[in-house]
This record gives sequence, structure tokens and C-alpha cells, in this order.
Amino acid sequence: MLNLFPRPRVLPGFGLTLGFTLVYLSLIVLIPLSAVVFKTLSLTFAEFWQIVTAPRVLASYKLSFGASLLAAGINTVFGALLAWSLVRYRFPGRKLVDALVDLPFALPTAVAGIALTALYAGNGWLGKLLEPLGIKVAFTPLGVLVALVFIGLPFVVRTVQPILEDLELELEEAATCLGAQRWQIIRRVILPALTPALLTGFALAFARAVGEYGSVIFIAGNLPMVSEITPLMIITKLEQYDYTGATAIALVMLAASFILLLVINTLQGWSAASSSSAGGRKS
Amino acid sequence: MAGIAQTLHGARRHHDYQASPATREAPWVRYSVLTLALGFFALFLLLPLFTVFSEALRKGWGVYFAALVEPDALSAMRLTLLAAAIAVPLNLVFGVSAAWAIAKFEFRGKQFLITLIDLPFSVSPVVAGLIYVLVFGAQGWFGSWLSDHDIRIIFAVPGIVLATIFVTFPFIARELIPLMEAQGRDEEEAATLLGASGWQTFWRVTLPNIKWGLLYGVILCNARAMGEFGAVSVVSGHIRGMTNTLPLQVEILYNEYNFAAAFAVASLLALLALITLALKTYIEWRQTATLSPDSMEPTT
Repeated sequence: MLNLFPRPRVLPGFGLTLGFTLVYLSLIVLIPLSAVVFKTLSLTFAEFWQIVTAPRVLASYKLSFGASLLAAGINTVFGALLAWSLVRYRFPGRKLVDALVDLPFALPTAVAGIALTALYAGNGWLGKLLEPLGIKVAFTPLGVLVALVFIGLPFVVRTVQPILEDLELELEEAATCLGAQRWQIIRRVILPALTPALLTGFALAFARAVGEYGSVIFIAGNLPMVSEITPLMIITKLEQYDYTGATAIALVMLAASFILLLVINTLQGWSAASSSSAGGRKS
Repeated sequence: MAGIAQTLHGARRHHDYQASPATREAPWVRYSVLTLALGFFALFLLLPLFTVFSEALRKGWGVYFAALVEPDALSAMRLTLLAAAIAVPLNLVFGVSAAWAIAKFEFRGKQFLITLIDLPFSVSPVVAGLIYVLVFGAQGWFGSWLSDHDIRIIFAVPGIVLATIFVTFPFIARELIPLMEAQGRDEEEAATLLGASGWQTFWRVTLPNIKWGLLYGVILCNARAMGEFGAVSVVSGHIRGMTNTLPLQVEILYNEYNFAAAFAVASLLALLALITLALKTYIEWRQTATLSPDSMEPTT
């Protein structure tokens, strides 16, 4: 809406709070982050390219991005089912499940890492069951996937859940009156309304998984070319005092997370717009 | 993470979806979905949580408590508490300040500013640690100046605090911005026009309105501050008894194959996570209990 007469500022404190916000943001986040760019600029492009496309680093991108995509996909399917169960069904312990869905946000990643490793190692509860079947999880890329599924689950549940709660029942009732089968309603009415939220949840889980370190390194086994994730490559370079090498890889990761941030912002905008047009009550 | 503002928005409806034929699935569909969803939940969330406590107590309570009162573990606890005690209040002041500027005033570039505040969430923790090494490390921007003045930041406590501040930076601001935007500025403007000073308006009008959202943000911020691993690991240097936080202590013990002690320390952090979730749920419940569904309707 065109606002020809903006309201005059009545409240005090604009300069103080905005000023403090900008100074604190610059000191803690922006200036230190810019160090990654400046440090990388000390390299020629050929040197930079050589570092970020070394075979071991390329293998780590493949694992990090591949496992993250797969984990986000698994989370989208099961996160949607879990959100659906929490909103639509009543079962004993529902409130407890609802509260515990956020566990991966609250549980320190190192704790999650050692717990998953203990579970899936050869002598662990699940490892003992899977190993005779020829499935090795701990210390393989499959272990990386398991850890990334763990940390990504709440993102999908928590983006889909509010949209599902806001869905107008009248849409489903109208569709039923018009003779639609239940599965048709789910596919033609509910799923389209949920799509933006599902994609947002997928992108959030993916973005988190790509940068994840703590829960992965314990279960990954960290074999060069096989189960090294990209954040681990940065740590490895740092431990060899190769700061420039570490920074070059960090710049690639920063670029990836910046692109993901833009994608997520766009998706969230779309999600908000379509949930208010697809029947969500405007507030 | 779904914020308190979103929780309020979603919490007002309690339909019995299975009562109406339009929103009901066949029982076999319902049970299959529930089995899949809850099975996945149990396998990926409950089982790891249970493992932490069962592994911690595998060798009995004696070993468990011995691992917790060991001097290195105690010093790790102190450092973890110290880092959180600095990072949370600083980010609290920042969060309130940013939310006041963004929610109560109109200015250009607001959306961009919110994106920048979100930035630490999308940066890998490892990169978060690295940037402080680049600024304050021996070869960093201020490296030679700092070593001339005998100040250590990297591989010392200040680096750990800085990394903790970075990774918990957006938590409180993110809770407060949507909440204060939803509340608008009418009440504050009325207070100001009646002659209240800026501080009076904030303490008497704004703070009571946002206190639950504020607490919510503080709890989440604190949980992350005490549990951060990747960023702190890069700047810590892992000096036992000196620069080890609880999560780093877990790693060291685990890598020494001292599993019982590692899981004992880990169980403390898991307990912290459970307390965090309990408090979070309590706040959400308080909020929905105090506000009846009708008061959530727009008034205009």
C-alpha cells in the first residue's frame, strides 16, 4: 500500500538501538566473516582453484552435499508424516512427542554424535542387528547420513506443522461434497497447500546438514576420499597450519550457505503468501 | 525453530479431525501413518537419547559420579557456564535492541538487516570458529599486535566466548522481532504521549508484553551456548583443564576410549537439553493458556 503520510516517529530510541545493533553485528559477524574473503584474496585464482578442486576436497563435497540432499529428502517424507500425525491424530504421548521433536536443536551435537556411534557400531544395539545383514553404518558414509537425518528432522516438522494447523477444513469439506475421494483430496488439495512449507523445510534441513560437524565426525570414521565431510577438510587444513587452504574451502562453504539462505528466504516468502491465499486465516 | 509468535498463531485451534468424514482417513491409513511416523521418531530421536543415559550408567553410579567430579570435568563445567554467562546476556541486549529498532520503526533495508542477523545460523560452525582464528590468530589481522601485548584470544578463553557469541547471535533477536512486530507500537506510543520516558515505556509496557518470548529466546540461546561444539573446537586448542568446555571434554574422553566417562559428561548435557525442552514447552503452554483464542483475532 502506498503510504503518502508516514506516521511521525513518536517513540524514542531509534538511533541508539539501531546504532548498537549495527555496531554489534559488524564486530561479531560482518567484520570477522569478511576476513574469509580478504584472506582468500591473497591467493591467485589458479591457486584457489587448485585448493578447492583437489581430489580429496571434491570427494568431501560429494559426500557433504550428497548425504545432505538424501538426509533432507528422508526428513521431508518422515517429517511430513510426523507433522501430520501430530496435527490430525490423537494418540497417547502426543504432547511428549511434540516436545521431543525439538531434541536435535537442544541436544549438543557432540552428544548426538557419540550416542549415534554407540548405537550403530558393531557392538551397539542397532549395529548388532544390522551387521549380520551386511549393513555397516558406523564409520561409513551411511553413518554420515544417519547423523544428518537426526539433526535435520525438526526443521521439516516445525515448518509443516503450523501450515497444517492453519489449513481451512472447508476446503476438504467442499472437495468431499464435490465427490472427491480422500486420497484425491490429499493429493490435489492438501499436498499443493503444503508444498511451499515442505520445500522450505527441505532447504532448512539441507542447509543445516551441509555445515554440520559435531554429530558427524564421531560416526563418519573420517577416511580420506570415503567418509570425510567438507567441514572436516577445513579442520584438517587448520591442524596442518594451512590457514589459506582452510579459508579457501571455507569461502566455498560460505558461498553455498549464502545461496541457500537466499533460496530459503524466497521459499519462506512464497510459503507465507500461499498459506494466506490457500485458506490460512490472515492475521 | 518455530518461534513463540508462530506457536501462538498455530495453537488456537483444536479440531477433532477424525470426527468429520471430510477430514477422516480409513483406520488402516491412520495406523500405518502413525506407525511409520512414531517408529521413525523412536528410532532416530528416542533411541539415541536413551543410549546416552544407558551408556553413562553402564559401569554403575560410582563410575558415573567419579567421572563428573574429576578435576578436568569440573573445570570444563566452569568454562561452559562462564561462556554462556557472557554470551547470553550480550546477545540478550543485542536481541532487545535489534527488535526495538526493527519492530517499532520503519526504515529502508530492514529486510536486509534481518537477513544479516540470521547469517550465523547458516554459517557452518567450523567456519564460525575459523573466522576468529583469521582475525585474532597468530597469523591473523591482529595476531602480531596481540602477541606483542601478550594477549591471547585464540586457544584461550576469550576465543571460546567469541565463538559462542557468534553461534548464538540470532536466537533472541529472532524470537523478539516477529513477536514485537505482531504487537505493534500503539501501547508504547500511548505511554510516550502520556509522558513516559523511553526507559519507563520499555520497562513498564514493552517488557511485560514480551517477557515470555524473551525467556523463550534466552533458554534456546543458553542451550546452544552450552552445547556448541564445532566453532568452539576450532578456537579452543583443547588444553585440558584450561580451554575445554563440556562438549569438548566429551570428545577428548571419547577419543581416549574412556566411554563411560564420556557418556557421563554427555548425560549432563543431555539433561540440560531435556530441561530446555521442558521449559520451552512450559512457556508455550503458559502463552496459550493466558491468551484465549479470541484475543488472538486482529482487533481492527
